[in-house]
Amino acid sequence: MAFHYELRFAGIGGQGNMLAGAIIAEAAIFFEGKYATQVPTYTSQVRGGPTKADIIISDEPIYFAESTHINFFLALDQRTYELYKGDTLDGAIVLVDNGLVNVPEEDKKRWDVYEYPIVKTAKYDVGNVITANILSVGMTGELTHIMSLDNIFKAVEKRVPPAFLELNEKAFNMGVEIAKKLKAEKGKN
Amino acid sequence: MSKAQIMNGNELISEAALVAGCRFYSGYPITPSSEIPEHLSKRMPEVGGVFIQFEDEIASAMAAVGASYAGYKSMTASSGPGISLKQEAIGLACMMELPLVVVNVMRGGPSTGLPTRVSQADVMQARWGTHGDHMIIAVAPETLLETYTETIRAFNMAEKYRTPVYILTDAVLAHLNGRVELPDPSELEIIDRTQPSVSPEEFNPYDVEKFGVVPPLPNKENFPKYRFHMTGLNKDKTGFPTVNKEAVEADEERMITKITDNIKDIESFEYYKMDDADLVVFAYGTNAAAARVAIDEARESGIKVGMFRPITLWPFPEKQVAELGKTFNKTIVTEINLGQMLYEVERVTQGNTEISTVLQASGVPIRPQQILDKIKEVS
Amino acid sequence: MSTDYSKYLRMEKLPLYWCPGCGNGTVLKAMITAIDELGWKPEDIMMVSGIGCSSRATGYVDFHTIHTLHGRALPVATAIKMCHPGMHVITFSGDGDSTAIGGNHFIHACRRNIDLTVIIVDNWIYGMTGGQYSPLTPTGTKASTAPRGNIDPNFDIADLAKGAGATFIARESVAEPIKLKNAIKKGLQHKGMSVIDALSNCHIQWGRRNKYGDPVKLVDLIKEKTVTKTKAAKMTPEELAGKYVTGILHEDTIKKEYTEAYKELVEKAQN
Repeated sequence: MAFHYELRFAGIGGQGNMLAGAIIAEAAIFFEGKYATQVPTYTSQVRGGPTKADIIISDEPIYFAESTHINFFLALDQRTYELYKGDTLDGAIVLVDNGLVNVPEEDKKRWDVYEYPIVKTAKYDVGNVITANILSVGMTGELTHIMSLDNIFKAVEKRVPPAFLELNEKAFNMGVEIAKKLKAEKGKN
Repeated sequence: MSKAQIMNGNELISEAALVAGCRFYSGYPITPSSEIPEHLSKRMPEVGGVFIQFEDEIASAMAAVGASYAGYKSMTASSGPGISLKQEAIGLACMMELPLVVVNVMRGGPSTGLPTRVSQADVMQARWGTHGDHMIIAVAPETLLETYTETIRAFNMAEKYRTPVYILTDAVLAHLNGRVELPDPSELEIIDRTQPSVSPEEFNPYDVEKFGVVPPLPNKENFPKYRFHMTGLNKDKTGFPTVNKEAVEADEERMITKITDNIKDIESFEYYKMDDADLVVFAYGTNAAAARVAIDEARESGIKVGMFRPITLWPFPEKQVAELGKTFNKTIVTEINLGQMLYEVERVTQGNTEISTVLQASGVPIRPQQILDKIKEVS
Repeated sequence: MSTDYSKYLRMEKLPLYWCPGCGNGTVLKAMITAIDELGWKPEDIMMVSGIGCSSRATGYVDFHTIHTLHGRALPVATAIKMCHPGMHVITFSGDGDSTAIGGNHFIHACRRNIDLTVIIVDNWIYGMTGGQYSPLTPTGTKASTAPRGNIDPNFDIADLAKGAGATFIARESVAEPIKLKNAIKKGLQHKGMSVIDALSNCHIQWGRRNKYGDPVKLVDLIKEKTVTKTKAAKMTPEELAGKYVTGILHEDTIKKEYTEAYKELVEKAQN
């Protein structure tokens, strides 16, 4: 069976989820030789409106680019979580910022849910709230293992301004470490 | 050697326009087409072309018409509300017989509609948006690569037939970032308007008797040498107004037949898994991608279904669709609107096939599952 | 020295389509005489018009000509000037065309300060469509859509153009054709957006409704209503009410011209 993986990054405008999605797609295309698409959905509200980026990675050309069978769902906002969780497959990986999203108990039974204060960590531990998306990218890479972390980071390097590379590298690595810790807590590797 | 790149539909239209020789872009900001002027504001000066953001949609369309008159390959882009405003300029380009490429990144409506969402609800506007009898060419790409190649074809047809050509995309294709391997520009056929073979004194911009149905038109290098008149009034071969009824009638008819008589050259369509099919889906643009996925899945469960996908929407592929009507007992028409090309399919198949529909105007794409459900229901 | 007008006209298109006594011919003659005095060649001149009586002028002159849509001469002229910066680009349209339906294009062309010469044949009325009031119809006067008198205040084209950023503004009238020709000539020579408010007579559509059906009487009225810039400087606002100040009303040679600015942008982009 050919490799096919669908992701959705949901949040509100300004959090950087569109860019995070683009980085994942670019890593797959440029550094893993795969087909990938990223299609954003947003509203006219430039900051604060519900947004999502759907990312599909495949060994084969992709025609329908909206994620309809989601393997990995990331949400950084409660309203958006509720709005866009519907296409997530049973048993899929769900990552939320638990400072911003409350995952209902029944959802925790359905999905492999990981919770972490992503935005707060970016702000206080990395040192800049704008790195929350790259922190998410690092966590996504470690939680999904769909691509090598090195290749994902190469895509980060391609996208972030050189002046912010060091900061984003810190965010990315921290994301990976946090994800490892969360997996270890669940007894996974 | 082509190389994998990541671009979205709007960027691909912009780059393809440059490769096609477009050196004039005028526009006005509107979602979801704004990445086209954003990209070209950077790129056009690099290639020595003209980029202007105008005060409104009307001015930007009129400027593109003016640039075409002055010999430049020109383009303007917008979305439904802006395209409504551009209609008078599109009509002028039809009447003056000036090449023009108009991009409509469709978002639905009427009126402001859903600015950031997907739609195919402007396909009839493309056909009939401007007033008066006229013919239009419109293409609707499905994929990123096709967005690129159809943009080049749009410029070629505009130049070859001296007519406005629409590129109809939508918010999904416009913002879809994906892998594309672009053809080498040297492998692409680029068509330029035919140049006058006569002296400036002998040149008439509509000299059909001498030059055939699509007379030559000076390009940007020749424009300063050739003085001629153009008007939005019904004109004679010299470009000056006429009310002579025979001349007007002949001109009106020729402006349509110069396109319809060349349908073989202009038409473009795809038959997908049709060889053994006993059920056909009619779909176009990005919605055809959903149909394609649905058809693949239906075939896995043994349903022999195929797709007819027009790429050139206008002129409508009457011959092919009429044939479908005769061949298939059942046809599914799907489009992201409440039924527009449906009218054409109904008109052309003349009741020979039982038509069912998957239509949606909610601002979200039709999903493969919806089309699959319909395929299962009718098969 | 007399001008050989046949050098500039498409003689086979004559006689003119305009009513006997119409001011359009006077404005057109002033423009052609100015061009002749400058020694410009027809092949270097692009003339663009909109819709209306005066806009038919593009059909008579043997330049590059395009008769566009109502109000839209300026976007077309702007595009052509950007494509061929070496050409002299002139627009020739009426007051309704230029300031009502084309008003947005007018203020933005002024703002850009693109090197166009914009001749507005200002006859206070929509002539071709049957005498409806325009933004230049004097308040209180009659029109086919103002049978009890026009209640709309009217524009001052010169103030409008100045506020919007044009760098050469002049007003003259058909009552003094030599002065009109000189104003157009200066406008043609100016590098930047030049606006010529050419007051003209429509004795048929405006005149007949306002007791000025005789072209001579109407031209006299225009003469009466105009005062030179020098004279106006000594008059009180009350005395100036309803008057049209003539002369070169504004000239700015500092503001950058648009095709020049674009040329610099292209050089920057290519380096």
